[in-house]
Amino acid sequence: MITISNWLLNAAFILYVCSSILFVVAVTGKQWSGRDPREHERRFGGLAYILAVIGFLSHAGYIVTRWIASGHSPTSNMFEFMAFLDFCIIFAYLILYRIYRLTVLGAFVIPLGILMLGYAYVFPKEATPLIPALQSYWLQIHVTTAALGEGILSVGFAAGLMYLVRTVPQQGKSRANLWLEIVLSVVLMLVGFIVLDSTFSRLDQNTVFQLPTQQMTNTGQVVNQQVTYTLPAIVAPAGATIVKQGPMNPLMEAPTWMEGKDAARKLNTMIWSILSGLVLYGGLRLLVRKRLGAALQRTVEGIEPELLDEISYRAIAIGYPVFTLGALIFAMIWAEEAWGRFWGWDPKETWAFIVWLFYSAYLHLRLSRGWVGEKSAWMSVIGFVIILITLVVVNLVIAGLHSYAGV
Amino acid sequence: MDVRKCECGHTNPVGTMLCESCGKPVDFQESGQPEQAAFPDMRYEGMARRSQTYSRTIIDRIWNFFSSVKIAIALILITLIASAVGTIFPQQDYIPVPVSTEADIARFYGETYGKIGEIYYALGFHNLYSSWWFKTLLVFIGTSLVICSLDRVIPLYKALSRPRLNQHLSFLKGQKLYGNSPEEASIDPAAALPAAADFLARKGYRLFREENALLAEKARFSRWGPYINHIGLIIFLFGVLLRSIPGFYLDQFVWVREGQTVSIPETPYYVKNVAYKTEYWDESEMPEKLNLNGGAIPKTYQTDAVLYVNKNADLPGAKPELAEVAKGPILVNHPMIYEDLAIYQSGVKEMELGALNFAVLDRKAGNKQVGSLKLDLYAPQTEQQVAEGITVRVLDYFPDFVMGNDGKPATKTNQPNNPMFALEIASAEGVKEKLVYVSGTVISDSKDPRYALEVKMPDFIDISGLMVRKDKAVPVIYFGALIFMVGVVMGTYWQHRRIWVQWENGRLHLAGHTNKNWFGLRKEMELLIAKMNWPVTLVQKGKS
Amino acid sequence: MNTTKRTSIRVAILGVLLIAFVFALYTSFVKDPHQVKAGNAAPNFSLPQLNGTPMKLSDLKGKAVVLNFWGSWCEPCKAEMPALQKQYETNKDKGLVVVGVNIGETPVAVQSFIEQYGAKFPILLDRDLQITKLYRIGPIPTTFFIDREGEIEEIYIGQMTDAIIAQKVAQILE
Repeated sequence: MITISNWLLNAAFILYVCSSILFVVAVTGKQWSGRDPREHERRFGGLAYILAVIGFLSHAGYIVTRWIASGHSPTSNMFEFMAFLDFCIIFAYLILYRIYRLTVLGAFVIPLGILMLGYAYVFPKEATPLIPALQSYWLQIHVTTAALGEGILSVGFAAGLMYLVRTVPQQGKSRANLWLEIVLSVVLMLVGFIVLDSTFSRLDQNTVFQLPTQQMTNTGQVVNQQVTYTLPAIVAPAGATIVKQGPMNPLMEAPTWMEGKDAARKLNTMIWSILSGLVLYGGLRLLVRKRLGAALQRTVEGIEPELLDEISYRAIAIGYPVFTLGALIFAMIWAEEAWGRFWGWDPKETWAFIVWLFYSAYLHLRLSRGWVGEKSAWMSVIGFVIILITLVVVNLVIAGLHSYAGV
Repeated sequence: MDVRKCECGHTNPVGTMLCESCGKPVDFQESGQPEQAAFPDMRYEGMARRSQTYSRTIIDRIWNFFSSVKIAIALILITLIASAVGTIFPQQDYIPVPVSTEADIARFYGETYGKIGEIYYALGFHNLYSSWWFKTLLVFIGTSLVICSLDRVIPLYKALSRPRLNQHLSFLKGQKLYGNSPEEASIDPAAALPAAADFLARKGYRLFREENALLAEKARFSRWGPYINHIGLIIFLFGVLLRSIPGFYLDQFVWVREGQTVSIPETPYYVKNVAYKTEYWDESEMPEKLNLNGGAIPKTYQTDAVLYVNKNADLPGAKPELAEVAKGPILVNHPMIYEDLAIYQSGVKEMELGALNFAVLDRKAGNKQVGSLKLDLYAPQTEQQVAEGITVRVLDYFPDFVMGNDGKPATKTNQPNNPMFALEIASAEGVKEKLVYVSGTVISDSKDPRYALEVKMPDFIDISGLMVRKDKAVPVIYFGALIFMVGVVMGTYWQHRRIWVQWENGRLHLAGHTNKNWFGLRKEMELLIAKMNWPVTLVQKGKS
Repeated sequence: MNTTKRTSIRVAILGVLLIAFVFALYTSFVKDPHQVKAGNAAPNFSLPQLNGTPMKLSDLKGKAVVLNFWGSWCEPCKAEMPALQKQYETNKDKGLVVVGVNIGETPVAVQSFIEQYGAKFPILLDRDLQITKLYRIGPIPTTFFIDREGEIEEIYIGQMTDAIIAQKVAQILE
């Protein structure tokens, strides 16, 4: 059953990739000679949409089979959660597409979906039985609703980004297009990280370090701590010795103030992600010979910016109540049942609260201060960054009650 | 009261932007700006907001301060940043070492996080969410919620309860969606308006009609959404405040050994740990084979508990008279509930030393076992008979043995982590021997003792950590959350749509307004135009 | 709406909000309403003595009480035992009682400790830490000086010397 489920997820991944290629063809190929642009967009866009729907169904199949196989909703660890979040993003996209019928939306959202799914693959994929803290029907209710809210808000981000790509003037230098390039290069860093991590974990080129610190094992023995790097080591943990040689020698040691067993490994991963993102960015810029924003602008030419603004706002207006319900209210009810307090300022809770405050500010600024268009679009981008901090950074960097769901 | 008279004859309060009666922008003649740029925002229907009207007394000034959305947004953003700062390092409640004094806490932050940690502690960020200034922020947000809502909902209610029918042309032209027919178009208003009314009625619009004017309105209630969700938040914050009233909230934690009954502080209750167990997932129950490196995944943490009420609770410490009130298992996610008290499985210390076991050997009889000795580490008996005529007396007991500075044995804590016993074995035959047990070995003080103790497997016990909570404000808090959700869904999932159709100066004027989803409204209006076959082109203005 | 009516409504609403504000601040400064403080009456309790007979604090009304919370693992507690004993002996006839509350230890351990350090004043056993929690004991030794009316005169945290005890005992004996 698990095999079938994994297979279905892989199929969904491939379908999404095909779908986004077709979407890109649909929106960029309009100017190809000898074509009726409208007919071209309709044909390829339609095909891409159908592929996305099949991919979505296959993704749904993965969720159902994995749910049956493991006996609980597939939302209990980082891999399952990211895969589920991705499912929600695609679901939100399908709904918004039904409302607005905008082909180019798929050209932005489906790649975002692929990115999220690719990120899911970085984490251990095993279906594990639930630890006692997670054995509650609130796991399914709270996590699925929160993920759905976050998925819808992510589509708001995609549409906001499209608005920026569409409207930020590409003539001359400006703060706006600098920031747009930065946002795009950060996206590329995530791509670089996913590609590197999945490649090296397949190659099995681990470097193992022995740390000067000690820890107690379950059996009560005191042993030296070890850290395993999947990626080649640029930065070694401070004062560590190499136990198993990797593909390269570390160039430097992590600063000593970086505490914790995995701090240096995370730093190493971060350096690799930034490097690979910059390499990708540089490569792409050489290829298109202009700013990436300018290159992307072609895909959204001819779309009313107002419509993009509206889609972004609509997605956020739909996602906000769902997020509140799932990530705050259901979370409170579960916390009351599991821990006897509905709110405890655990980092994850706090960050969910921060996301909520941020989107509350977004709505107030929009409704009462007339922040529409560009300001609103930047807000949607920042909002997505805060969501990512909540989902990823808090789990990986800040330890708290939710860290069992991380790695 | 200062008023402005509109040319239609209606008198409006100062601050009004659109005449309450005819919809004509009140000030635009004076502003001298072109018509469209000067057309005011439709947000509050161009009504005068109360607070802006007066600012004479200090009360009015405070009121005006909190009635500003700008201030509200600033408060939200400050709270947001403060909350984020609070997650940089763990809060005091989550730091991984048990600390009892402020000095220990200060040291923890300094030693763990260095200089930044010291600053973090010094600024009070280790207890940020219960600090006076964070609470001030939350109260300010609450105040802003109350005043902003009151200030806007009343004029809005007045405006919306009087549908804007037959408005001044500049009102229609000022709308974001507007179109008109050419003058020479062959439209018969007497037929066109009823037909349009018919069409819109079928679409679910509520209609208001005059001879030459039609207003179709839908989902007006969604305009109340924001105010309802603000009421929900106010109820929520009120509930949070309630928890600080003595008796509304209780938070206790007790460690209970298997077989032990302990009192729950600040309540008349006692809880007994009958048995504790941890279960692990069996490999056959797992969905796929895992490489656990010999580890295991826990399945349940369970304490079988009995809850008693002490009928003699008036005098703390007095001998309790216990009456059982509840009984059953306590599992993670499944607390034991009795009235408003809830007991949660929240921690465990497993395989702790409970009692030491020895075999008493008679060395004169070829090391024959003559009896067995059990030393309960939590309540050792001073004297016990281990066999016919043989008694063992406990002379000294150090639960956490350490050699003191003065060279005398001492104990490090009151927990039996490293028990040390001084014993005396006496027999009816007059033998009296002293023995010392420490760290797994028994030493006798006599050179050729008659009796020896053989160390046997000790008794291990589990100590269950139970959290006891009472929170009477929770229903209020949930109710507030429910109201919030109702309000927010009303405000975001429905849109207040209005379509004006008006015949004036030989032209048909069509205008539309909504608070969101312009795309949907436009499609609806375009469908209306197509169905009616009107020569009207809608124009959507860039700015709302 | 006329001005006075408007102002009075605003004053009423702001007043309610001000009460909420003051209350919220109050709770962030006063975390524990049941904190045992100097100047308050010492909460009554009953605990068994080492020999098993229960003793109530209220039984000691009319006498000055030195209530000392200690544990055998605590070095300063050991160090101040002789001083407590000395003050007890000197002032016993003037109406002073020294009461030692042992925190959660077994009678066997307490008995041998008492013998070793020669404490002759009543020793109570708080096996469940019920009274320790009631009195909010943090670091030990913590000593409460209770006057003849049962009111806490002073709370002393940490090791006391003979002179300190003598001075405080003189205060509560007045």
